[in-house]
Amino acid sequence: MKKEKTSLLRNGAVQTLLGSLLCILLGLLLGYVILMMINPAGANGAILAIVENFMTYSKPASQLRYFGSTLVKTAPLLMCSLSVLFAYKVGLFNIGAAGQYVVGTGAALYCALGLKLPWFLCLIAAVLAGAALGAVSGVLKSYCNVNEVISCIMLNWISLYSVNMLLTKVKEETSPYTYTLSSTNEGALLPSLGLGGLFNKNQYVGLAIPLAIVTAVLVWVLLEKTKLGYELKATGCNKYAAKYCGMRERKNLILTMAIAGGLAGMGAAMLFLSGFEQWQCTQSAVPAMGFNGIAAAFLGGLNPIGAIFSSYFIQHITNGGAYVDKTMYSSQISDVISALIIYLCAFVLFFKIALNRWLDRRDEKRQAAAGKGGDGK
Amino acid sequence: MILLLQYTLIFASVLLLVALGGCFSEHSGVINIGLEGIMVMGALGGALMMKFLPESTPAFGMILLVVLAAILLGMAYSLLLAVAAINFKADQTLVGTAMNLLGTAAATVFVKAMNTAESVDNVSSTIQYINAKKAFLVNIGSFEFNWFMLLAALALVGSYVSLYKTRFGLRLMACGEHPQAADSVGINVYRMRYAGVLISGLLGGLGGIVYITAGVSEWKFENGVAGFGFLALAVMIFGQWKPTRIALAALLFGFCRALGNVYSGFDFLKNLEIPAAMYNMLPYIISLVVLAFTSKKSRAPKAEGVPYDKGQR
Repeated sequence: MKKEKTSLLRNGAVQTLLGSLLCILLGLLLGYVILMMINPAGANGAILAIVENFMTYSKPASQLRYFGSTLVKTAPLLMCSLSVLFAYKVGLFNIGAAGQYVVGTGAALYCALGLKLPWFLCLIAAVLAGAALGAVSGVLKSYCNVNEVISCIMLNWISLYSVNMLLTKVKEETSPYTYTLSSTNEGALLPSLGLGGLFNKNQYVGLAIPLAIVTAVLVWVLLEKTKLGYELKATGCNKYAAKYCGMRERKNLILTMAIAGGLAGMGAAMLFLSGFEQWQCTQSAVPAMGFNGIAAAFLGGLNPIGAIFSSYFIQHITNGGAYVDKTMYSSQISDVISALIIYLCAFVLFFKIALNRWLDRRDEKRQAAAGKGGDGK
Repeated sequence: MILLLQYTLIFASVLLLVALGGCFSEHSGVINIGLEGIMVMGALGGALMMKFLPESTPAFGMILLVVLAAILLGMAYSLLLAVAAINFKADQTLVGTAMNLLGTAAATVFVKAMNTAESVDNVSSTIQYINAKKAFLVNIGSFEFNWFMLLAALALVGSYVSLYKTRFGLRLMACGEHPQAADSVGINVYRMRYAGVLISGLLGGLGGIVYITAGVSEWKFENGVAGFGFLALAVMIFGQWKPTRIALAALLFGFCRALGNVYSGFDFLKNLEIPAAMYNMLPYIISLVVLAFTSKKSRAPKAEGVPYDKGQR
C-alpha cells in the first residue's frame, strides 16, 4: 500500500500538479496577507470576491452571463499561453507573445474596420501577422545569433507603437478607441454558433472558446505525436545534435517562432473580433495578455491541456478582482496575485528536485531499516 | 532647442543609471529582465518620501532622503530576483517577467489604497510632489538643471572604476564569464552574484525616481514606467556591456525619446508630420538592427543566465 503511494508521488505529472496547486495556494495566501495589511476589516470579503468571481451574483442568470464573459477573455489567454509553452518546449522563451498578440490585434481590427473583410479573413490575417513577427525573431536567432528574449522585447514595443499608428486610422473621432465592430462591419464579428444563448444571451460568447480548446489539443498532438513535433523538441534540446542527425535546425527554429507567433496572433483576433473590447490607440504599455500567457503556461505545467485549466484560473481571479470592495481595495489586487503566482512558478523546478531528493532519502532509510531487521535475525 | 537638450539629458540619465544597473547584474551572471519592475519600486519609494517629508526640509536633505528611499526599495525588491535566481536556480527570464508584472500591480494597489484611505472618493493611483520636486531643479537661464544628471554622471564614473580598476569589479566579471574558474581561485560566486543583482536594484531604483520626476509633477502608478526598463536593456546591449559605450548609447536613445516629446517645437520636423510614436519606436528599431549585425561576435558575459551549480562539471 505504502509502496504505491511512493510511486504516485514520483510521477512527473502528479509532481507538476502538486507544484501548481502549491503555487496557487501560496499566491492566494500572500494576496490575503496583502489585503490584511491594507485593511484587515474587509480582507475576508475581498479574497472571497476574487475567488468567487461571477458566483458573487445571486441570480443564476447573471452568474451564467458573467461566466460567459470570463470565458471570452480566457480564450485569448489560452492562446497566448499555448504560444509561450510551444516555444518553451523547443527551448525558446517567447516573451514576445505580447507583441505578437498586439500585431494580431492590429491586423484583425484593420482588416475588419478599414478593409471591411469578413471574420475568417480577419482571423487569418491576425494569424499571419503574428506568425510573421514570430518568424522575425526566429530568423534573427538562427542567422544572426540574436537572443530571442531580447529581440522579442524590442519587437513588443515596435509593434505596440506601429499598431497604435495603424489603428488611429480607424478610431472614433472623439475618443482614443477604435470603432465598434457592430456599428461598422457586422460581418467581422465571430459567429456565435448559438453558444451565446447558453450563457443568458451573452452575445460575446462564440466560436472563440471551442476554437481555442481545439487548438490546445492540436498543439498537444503536434508536440507529442508527430514527427515534426519530435524534430522541433530535439532541436530545442541540442541544436548541434539535431543538425548532426540531419534536421534543418535553422528552419526548425524559425518555424517554431512562427507557429508560436501565429497562436498569439490568433488569440488577439479571438478577443477583438468578438466585439468584447475596443483597442485604445493611445496605449502606452504592451497589453498584459501576453505576459499573463507566460503565467498560464508555467502554471499549467507547460502542458497544453494543463494550460486550458490554468488559463481559466488566471482569468477567473483577474475578473474576480473587479468585485472587491472598491472603498478599500483596487481591482489590481488580482494582478498582484497572478504576478505572485508566476513568481512562485519559478520555484516549481526546485520543488520537484527537493521532493525527489526527499523521496530518495526516505526510500534509502526504509531499505536500510529493512536490511538491519534482516541481519538481526 | 534648450528644451530638447534638457529632455535628452534627463532621459539619458534615466537610461544610463538603469542600464548600468543591468550591466552589473549581467556581468555577475544574472540576466535582469525585471529592471522595469525595480524602477517602479524605486519610483514608489522616492515618491512616497517626497510626499511625506515636510515642505520645510532643506533641499540637500530632501535629495538625500528621496534618493535613499528609492535605492533601498529598489534593492529590497531586487532581492526577489537574487534569491530565486541564485539560491533556487530558477529561470531568470520567468522571474524577471513576474517582477515586472508584480512591480506595477503592487505599486498601483498600494498607492490606490493609500489614496482611498485618505479620502474615500479618491480612487486614482497618483502621487503628487509639486513642491518637493523643486529641490532637484536648478534653473540656469532657461535650462532646468536637474541634480540627477550629476548623479548619473557620478554613477558612470563609479561604475567604470569599480568594474575595471578594483578587485571587486574584476572578480564580479569573472563570475559572469566562467564561474567555475572563479570559484576555483577562491571567489565566492554566490556572494558576487548577490552583489551584482543588488547593485542593479540600487541603480534601477534610482533610475525609477529620476524617470518619474523627469517631466511632470505627479505620477500615475498604473502606467508603470512605460517600457523604460526594457529600453535600458536595449541601451545596455547597444553599449556592449561596457560603461562608456553605454553612456553614448543612453545619450542617443535619450535623444530619440526627447524628440518624440518636443518635436512639434521644430518647424521642419513638424512639417514632416511623423507621428510621435515613430520617434518612440526608433530606439528599439536601431538596437534591433545593430543587434542583428553585431551578435555573431557578441560581447555578452558568457555565463549569463546560467544558474551556478557548485557540483557541476
